[in-house]
Amino acid sequence: MINKTVNNVQEALEGVQNAMTLMLGGFGLSGIPENAISELVKRKVTDLTCISNNAGVDDFGLGLLLQQKQIKKMISSYVGENDEFERQMLSGELEVELTPQGTLAEKCRAAQAGFPAFYTPAGYGTEVAEGKETREFDGKMYVLEPAFKADFAFVKAWKGDAAGNLVFKGTARNFNPNMCGAATITVAEVEELVPVGALDPNNIHIPGVFIQRIFQGENYEKRIEQRTIRQRS
Amino acid sequence: MLDKNGIAKRIAQEVQNGFYVNLGIGIPTLVANYVREDIEVEFQSENGVLGMGPFPFEGEEDADLINAGKQTITALPGASFFDSSMSFSMIRGKHIHLTILGAMEVAENGDIANWKIPGKMVKGMGGAMDLVASADNIIVAMMHTNKRGESKILKKCSLPLTGVGCVTKVVTNLAVLEVRNNAFHLLERAPGVSVEEIQKATEGTLVVNGEIPEMYI
Repeated sequence: MINKTVNNVQEALEGVQNAMTLMLGGFGLSGIPENAISELVKRKVTDLTCISNNAGVDDFGLGLLLQQKQIKKMISSYVGENDEFERQMLSGELEVELTPQGTLAEKCRAAQAGFPAFYTPAGYGTEVAEGKETREFDGKMYVLEPAFKADFAFVKAWKGDAAGNLVFKGTARNFNPNMCGAATITVAEVEELVPVGALDPNNIHIPGVFIQRIFQGENYEKRIEQRTIRQRS
Repeated sequence: MLDKNGIAKRIAQEVQNGFYVNLGIGIPTLVANYVREDIEVEFQSENGVLGMGPFPFEGEEDADLINAGKQTITALPGASFFDSSMSFSMIRGKHIHLTILGAMEVAENGDIANWKIPGKMVKGMGGAMDLVASADNIIVAMMHTNKRGESKILKKCSLPLTGVGCVTKVVTNLAVLEVRNNAFHLLERAPGVSVEEIQKATEGTLVVNGEIPEMYI
């Protein structure tokens, strides 16, 4: 077993510098690497390019980095529900590259899997395809999309072990598995770091080979963005 | 004339036994409430769940279980969770039978615009571009006109496109329209709405063939 454990979030973020490109898992506020984000805020690193499906809300998630103007560029598919984000984008302070959600996921997965690029039908005929190579296959048009290149990927899992094996929970899985191994260094934070051998190898979602550092996360808030309920009849 | 729930109710009639269905945010989300109970249907949410169930009871909300609109949901027996890449493999690979989504504009050639108003509003396309580029069966749920009474059923979209030539059907507060051969073909009228009213509210080419029945809601 190759031990990937680091003691804390400070050790986990060793080497993060200004102007780096970071991948951050999560969909909305579900499954975001809360500990890594807090530490990025503390370290005050700036000029970051962040690849993440969303940009958090004003006072949580990546919104915390936006508040401190640490982000130079966001690569996302959906950025609603965040006033500060909208303000920075419309004023031109923040560069934004909107990417179709499936393309965003696949650009991560391509980096993980060693594909330099792939063709997708998403965005053909729209401004997303402007300046990109297009090609016809079987009478349908496709757009060539390159894999992402990133320095760090920060992912959050439900359970993990020292070998870096990960298990996700519910829809908190989302982009997290696709970002594992898609950057030079992948850092996994977990709600529960379990002893090696405790996870059933049949049920591991991401094998440890994709992970460089893993640590036991702390104080998860797991905020709910849209609390919707039904009445008991 | 239909309200949002009426539109959702009419679209629910398009959902057939054995369908895997992706519902967009807004009116499409309401469709799940009106699907017949005697058919087997599974709802997919692109953030990573197939077999999505209704909202949870109070106290049972789970931050790790949400839909694409970030609302808390439940998972039904037989449900599965998966990552975003696999989710879009289902979509891009045409394993989802029906996509229902909202729109700001639809054109008679099947173009759709729903993600950006230049200079005013940019929320992003989310999964909409992937959905419309791949699905064979795309139903749009929308209001026929905007708040100023201007038609959103157009000859040509004025807003940045989400997808080209992809919409197959449109259900609005006024009508059910089929999109083919560069025209909107009027299939049904909303209760109490005349063909003339629909004609007036439609900027794109509207084909009216014979007697147009009123929707059964």
